[in-house]
Amino acid sequence: MAKSASDLNRQLNRRLTAVGEWVDERMPVTEFWKKHISEYYAPKNFNLWYFFGSLSLLVLVNQLLTGIFLTMHYKPDAAAAFGSVEYIMRDVQWGWLIRYMHSTGASLFFVVVYLHMFRALMYGSYQKPRELIWILGVTIFLVLMAESFMGYVLPWGQMSYWGAQVIISLFGAVPYVGEILVEWIRGDYLVADATLNRFFALHVIALPLVLVLLVVLHLAALHEVGSNNPEGVDIKAHKDSQGRPLDGIPFHPYYTVKDIFGASFFLLIAAFIIFFWPEGGGYFLKPDNFVQANPLVTPEHIPPVWYFTPYYAILQAVPDKLMGVVLMGASVLILYLVPWLDRSPVRSLKYRSWPSKLALAIFVVAFVRLGMLGLSQDSSTFELRLWTFLYFAFFALMPVWTRLEHTKPVPQRLGASESSS
Amino acid sequence: MSESSPEPMGSVQPVADVGRRRLLTAATGVVGAIGVGAAAWPFLSSLQPSDRARIIGAPVEVFIGSLEPGQMTRVQWRGQTIGIMRRTQAMIDNLAGNNARLRDPESNVAQQPGYAQNLHRSIRPEVLVLNIHCTHLGCVPQVLPEVGAQPFDANWMGGFFCPCHRSTFDLAGRVYSGVPAVLNLLVPPYSFIDDDTLLIGVDPEGAV
Repeated sequence: MAKSASDLNRQLNRRLTAVGEWVDERMPVTEFWKKHISEYYAPKNFNLWYFFGSLSLLVLVNQLLTGIFLTMHYKPDAAAAFGSVEYIMRDVQWGWLIRYMHSTGASLFFVVVYLHMFRALMYGSYQKPRELIWILGVTIFLVLMAESFMGYVLPWGQMSYWGAQVIISLFGAVPYVGEILVEWIRGDYLVADATLNRFFALHVIALPLVLVLLVVLHLAALHEVGSNNPEGVDIKAHKDSQGRPLDGIPFHPYYTVKDIFGASFFLLIAAFIIFFWPEGGGYFLKPDNFVQANPLVTPEHIPPVWYFTPYYAILQAVPDKLMGVVLMGASVLILYLVPWLDRSPVRSLKYRSWPSKLALAIFVVAFVRLGMLGLSQDSSTFELRLWTFLYFAFFALMPVWTRLEHTKPVPQRLGASESSS
Repeated sequence: MSESSPEPMGSVQPVADVGRRRLLTAATGVVGAIGVGAAAWPFLSSLQPSDRARIIGAPVEVFIGSLEPGQMTRVQWRGQTIGIMRRTQAMIDNLAGNNARLRDPESNVAQQPGYAQNLHRSIRPEVLVLNIHCTHLGCVPQVLPEVGAQPFDANWMGGFFCPCHRSTFDLAGRVYSGVPAVLNLLVPPYSFIDDDTLLIGVDPEGAV
């Protein structure tokens, strides 16, 4: 009896192997799995900061999935949009949960992406040979900003409407063609049905496709050169006889299990917000957006959602429309230059000295402080300008302090520094 | 410091506890599967009719006090045409004589609630309540209540004739043999609020 069962098992295994081989001869499934998962060697010393990449992917999947289901009930029509969102909230079975997962997901997306970017700044993950990963990442961030802005317009509440009005008007600052450009973006003489309809198309089809493609490229570039790590040590410099990095461990099972562990904590926090604090105290969903869009009434205060406020503050700091827009654009685009602004011979902050640490600290404070100032209506102009200045000083002076500062010697291998210290 | 100092974790431990590892993997898998199932529930559930659709699809009250014997009225319930006819005594008497020509004269196929599984396929013999969409492809048949020869049936006893594909039903909605439709017309759930008022969409209290 037992023998026949094991025979059956063996037979089944043989069949499955045969099917696997049949597929592999036609499409490199096993090879792909090995290259990117089971035999992708990542440094063995990833810490907490390394959760945020996989968490971004998790949130992206959440946004895509909940977005598909919202699209099934939402109506991209200026006359029906607001009502259809309320319909989702009240009448669609579990619609409130799916919508809150999506709206909370948008804010959490920026939380994890900002932390992910901070990680890269801290450990020099943009340095050679990872410049392209960084460039793709910044592009993902830009597309994400456009995606979230357009998504925020779709409920067609007062904040949606006037937010769209303000953001689109920024393009009016472009010399000569500004007004033509603004009209072309709106598709009407005011923000209207045509605007909503095209934003819907971009939000649910065009930009998600671009985002997914960019994420694939981001990962492809990462897996080509390999992951950086908190020490900034190149693990590919020391390999065993089979070409495996001595200080690397296979992504699966080691980091899949670690990432699942991190995801559980993240989901716990996300679930708490979704169930008990879905509007995020007005930071995730603005109270004014629970009033239908009205072109005749402007809300008293139109702050952007929290993740845009630092750039909004920079806009406010400049007493000129065109220069304000240019500086606001520059505040994001300047990130592209970071791999070339950083002249340090070492990657990780751990092996740099106080100028790098101080500069990064000032930058973080400036970013957070600008974010707070951008939320408020009566921020002091002096403060706005001070932090804007420090924000840009971080980038402008990076070539100077990174070249001049004293750096500590980076160990050859992971674990070596721990045994020596 | 030398090449041999950092050993892989696996080789330091003597033997992996395979049983423990398998238990943990299985437990994680089971908990994960329950989580995925619970997460999938709201998504699949959101595809069901919404509260708005449910309200629109709510039971319909019909006053039949003014319905003359032999007369039929139609109402909409969940987008379906429901025919309500007050049959004459002659119509009821004719029903039994037709059995030989019908496909399912005893209404054995569950095309009606239990309380309407009888000769007249209704709660009260004279009040017929039918979903009059043809069970073949969904057209609404014509009502031809008079007894007498018809182009499609020389011995017509009165009933429903579907112009789409020539299916025929008697005045209890029972399908004739040899026509494209194979099922009797559907009897929707219904009950009487009082003698003259019907509630379409709700079973009588205590009915199965």
